[in-house]
Amino acid sequence: MLNLSEMKSTTKEAISAYLFLMPNFVGFLAFTSIPVVVSLLLGFVKWDLLSSPQWVGFDNFIALFHDTYFWKYCWNTIFLMFGIPLGMVGSLIVALAMNQKIKGIVFFRTTFFLPTICSGVAIFVLWRLIYNPDFGFFNVMIAKFGDIIGIPLKGPNWLTDENWAKPALIIMGLWQGIGGQNMILYLAALQGIPRDLYEAAAIDGANSWQKFWAVTWPHLSPTTFFIAVMSIIGGFQSGFDAAYVMTGGGPNGSTTTIMYYIFNNAFRWFNMGYAAAISWILFAVILVFTLFFWRFGGKTVHY
Amino acid sequence: MSKILTAEYSKKKKEQEQIVGKIFSYIVLSLVTVTMVAPFLWMITTSLKEPGEVFEAFKEEWWRDWIPMNFVWENYVKAWKVVPFARFYFNSIFVSIITTFGQVATSAMAAYAFSRLRFPGREKIFMSYLATMMIPGAVTMIPVFILLRMLGWIDSYKALILPGIFTAYGTFMLRQFFLTMPKDLEDAAMIDGCSYFGIFWRIILPLSKPALATLTTFTFMGTWMNFMWPLIVVNSQELFTLPVGLAYFQSLHTTDWTLLMAGSIMMLLPILIVFIFAQRFFVEGIKLTGIKG
Repeated sequence: MLNLSEMKSTTKEAISAYLFLMPNFVGFLAFTSIPVVVSLLLGFVKWDLLSSPQWVGFDNFIALFHDTYFWKYCWNTIFLMFGIPLGMVGSLIVALAMNQKIKGIVFFRTTFFLPTICSGVAIFVLWRLIYNPDFGFFNVMIAKFGDIIGIPLKGPNWLTDENWAKPALIIMGLWQGIGGQNMILYLAALQGIPRDLYEAAAIDGANSWQKFWAVTWPHLSPTTFFIAVMSIIGGFQSGFDAAYVMTGGGPNGSTTTIMYYIFNNAFRWFNMGYAAAISWILFAVILVFTLFFWRFGGKTVHY
Repeated sequence: MSKILTAEYSKKKKEQEQIVGKIFSYIVLSLVTVTMVAPFLWMITTSLKEPGEVFEAFKEEWWRDWIPMNFVWENYVKAWKVVPFARFYFNSIFVSIITTFGQVATSAMAAYAFSRLRFPGREKIFMSYLATMMIPGAVTMIPVFILLRMLGWIDSYKALILPGIFTAYGTFMLRQFFLTMPKDLEDAAMIDGCSYFGIFWRIILPLSKPALATLTTFTFMGTWMNFMWPLIVVNSQELFTLPVGLAYFQSLHTTDWTLLMAGSIMMLLPILIVFIFAQRFFVEGIKLTGIKG
């Protein structure tokens, strides 16, 4: 049984707590939790913002299922995610090199971080220049290489060729991501591996290659798992900024991702209901993927 | 005798292995450094060239392309004037500072309540925060746009700033940090008659400077670089932030490479300065988020 002064103090504590919480909570309600509910309702509505909304049941989801563009853009999104494993291998190699007790770590880390830090419109404009078919860096190098080996080579029209636009975006993404946060996570994980394990392996006569697979790689598995899951969750939602600035989603829709399609539907064509429906499908995919991997991941992460 | 010999042999072998490893590392790191830096150097060179020189690039000896014939500093002046760059700058700084300040302040207060105070419904409200962290931004983006439109706030600073302030992520991150702090100091302050606000202001905040600095850096950079949201809610040029302004600049002058590069550099400079000073918090912040998972 609480006495009066204790009751008074718990009430006082609760009132203070609500006051502390209020500014954030009001914003959270207005810009996150209520919008989530509204968004779900919007998925069942046809609305162009001008006329009044119409309840259409599952029509949006059914239309989406038959929308060939939607499936094409899903494929684009997945294709662009092929850069994730490549980037992870690159980040790991850089982290391994950084872990060799060498001088100038801070210098290297800073330069490697530049592309990540500067990501955004300025970098996309720069890479449009690099990919220029006539005087961009890539094609000039390809032509020069052709001169050297005596075969006339001509580079592709990177950003205006349907087959090359996606690889071009992947290459740019690798440049941006390899030295960034994944590398730092790998480096932190490498520094946490106990030294004596390597010494024990050396006594058993293991060479560097064997040490890597027997000691390093198993100890990195939680980090690898974390990076993979986070990158894939991010990958499903990415692709808008670069494509908007560099290709406009083209050529022929080959760089339009799901996120871009949501943007177009909502803010270019004002199909609010349809856009909301796509965003919920996206959410569902991410949710299923994450739940699956947390269960599956518990078994693969071990050392 | 033979034992000593093998020991020495293995020591030598180990040293050799280390040297090979170091040489290999330096080669890898140097190659990566060149790859990372070269595009930026190209950006700087191009920004200082005559317009015609850009198309002539790579035709002569290779090193000539990396040094402009005459340094055309005028490109920067031109880029500054072609579009209202000063205005974009102001908008970006204004929006980023207010958003960052608002987010750190409200997140810290909420995190204090969640981590230090007892109140009915605490666990349930916190769970609802956690649950929304998984939801993609695309889901809330559309209703928030509609809400702002109903309020007549589209094409205003309010639309640029307000939705960015209240994030579950900031609250979550600071709560995790506050939970690690010992409770003794607070108890002592309580006995001395310190109010809850006094504890928050004089004990919690000063002790969590690293976490606050990390959240500040992340939020500032994220807001500065944000492209999609300003693109959605702003129509008039006077309200463009730098990324939207640069994209607009590009749409007007698709092939004025010298000016585009000058504009891009002007957009990147502030973020580089912030990064150089706040690098430590950035790296710590990444490790923090990594450990969480």
